[in-house]
Amino acid sequence: MRLYWDQKNECMSRDRIHDIQSKRLVSLVKRVYTNVPYYREKMHAKGILPEDITSIEDIDLLPFTTKQDLRETYPFGLFASPMNEIVRVHASSGTTGKQTVVGYTQKDITLWSELMARCFSMTGADKSSVIQVSYGYGLFTGGLGAHYGAERIGAATVPTSSGNTQRQINIMKDFGVTVLCCTPSYALYLAEVIEESGISLDELKLKAGVFGAEPWTENMRSEIERRLNIKAYDIYGLSEIMGPGVSMDCEYKNGLHIWEDHFYPEIINSDTGERLPANTDGELVFTTLTKEGFPLIRYRTRDVSSLSYEKCGCGRTVARMAKPSGRTDDMLIIRGVNVFPSQIESVLLEIGETSPHYMIIIDRVGTLDTIEIQVELTVDMLSDEVKRLEDTENKIRRGIESTLGLAAKVTLVESKTIQRSEGKAVRVIDKRKL
Amino acid sequence: MLIKQISIFIENKSGRLAEITKLFGEKGVNILALSIADTTDFGILRLIVSDADKAEKAVKESGLTAKVTEVIGVSISHTPGGLAKALSVLHQNGISIEYMYAFATRSEQDAMVILRVKDNFAAIKHLTDAGISILRKEDLAELF
Repeated sequence: MRLYWDQKNECMSRDRIHDIQSKRLVSLVKRVYTNVPYYREKMHAKGILPEDITSIEDIDLLPFTTKQDLRETYPFGLFASPMNEIVRVHASSGTTGKQTVVGYTQKDITLWSELMARCFSMTGADKSSVIQVSYGYGLFTGGLGAHYGAERIGAATVPTSSGNTQRQINIMKDFGVTVLCCTPSYALYLAEVIEESGISLDELKLKAGVFGAEPWTENMRSEIERRLNIKAYDIYGLSEIMGPGVSMDCEYKNGLHIWEDHFYPEIINSDTGERLPANTDGELVFTTLTKEGFPLIRYRTRDVSSLSYEKCGCGRTVARMAKPSGRTDDMLIIRGVNVFPSQIESVLLEIGETSPHYMIIIDRVGTLDTIEIQVELTVDMLSDEVKRLEDTENKIRRGIESTLGLAAKVTLVESKTIQRSEGKAVRVIDKRKL
Repeated sequence: MLIKQISIFIENKSGRLAEITKLFGEKGVNILALSIADTTDFGILRLIVSDADKAEKAVKESGLTAKVTEVIGVSISHTPGGLAKALSVLHQNGISIEYMYAFATRSEQDAMVILRVKDNFAAIKHLTDAGISILRKEDLAELF
């Protein structure tokens, strides 16, 4: 069983990592300064020129990039390659209906495939494996990201995408799938349906699962491992940085290995922007050292994590990040979809002249996340006819579904029943026990 | 010719109707007729009361969402076929009924029906032409 895909780069010395990062940062900064006016202006505003950056230590001098910057440059303003070199575009939902758009050159796609290949190899997968990709295929990076990595290691790749659970299970059984990729909550749901269908685990060849795109706990991991009789691995990524495969944990379950030769991680104090030492909790920040199409400098992920630089028992020397423990903003991750309360508010604003009071209630029923929006009925919305009220409910539901791509339950409630807050409005009740 | 109906939005929660009717009792509002339209999550309580404006004020002060709508009250003969006659007049004239509810009165000859249609005035005209009597506000007052 081969556990490394690229041993040289996964296990190099810390000095060598430092040298590579320094060299790559210098050329990255030159490139974005030349090709991306937005970065050039931000650097000028800070009084920085490319020649001021001589090693990875100088990264402190560079400005952060935030989701707001991505929104302001929508759609292609931060692309560092001309469109005729872009071969793929992905997008993820944004806070105000504007999506975050990312572009890849052929070299970026090859790199992504390589890094996903490193991830799959960590599970012991190789060309004899059958990998079922149950992440959604489409603008979301999950499906295609995992797909290219699975093909890269030469595995038989089964692009089932998401949905149609019974067919997923039939395929898993009939095709002899050995590695499953999906969200952890969907893995638990699959386990449940497998148990209900009376399929014995002996009929499956499943050995490992690569799970991510939403928060999950060690308890969930143990449950998935027990119920599917597999090893469950935690994969991390975000479309802005690349997609899945920015980091993943190994069989030591000792934090997620960041592919540091391509992504430079930092942990900062999210209020002051100050860099924090190793093993301290703070906001995770990434710089993409080698990406061509859509490079990012010091991108604030809003995920809370910490970094550790000791060599892992698996032999890898790259930094490890702790499983993200929360967010520094109000973003929710529901069934793998990024949701901001402001998106729901914008839908409600279209219903009446003023936005009604509302509450977002997230729960996990069985293994799947549910979202309910309670909306206080205003006099404007009231009718003496039931069908009109149901029309209003449906209008909100359709609005939310088209904005978020998630089916939500909409419930009209009596006025003044949603608790008022004196300070910052509480818009979300997250009942999921993670 | 039109009668004021108060419509109140209520969630399907145990005890809501008791609270609202208690409120009316305290404010001296008498209920003549009521109907509830409900779905799994919510209901609309519709009432004909002795003083619709007073009732609306009381309900709104208590924090509920309420609205006054105008509906038609029809007096029909309390005999088999009485209601059918009124309804077929509306049907023949292309007027569809959004909802309706009936209520008993002290009179032995007449029954009362509340009708909600899109076009109140057309409905009243056709019903009157057919000799069906429409309740006035004053008629209602006598019923309390």
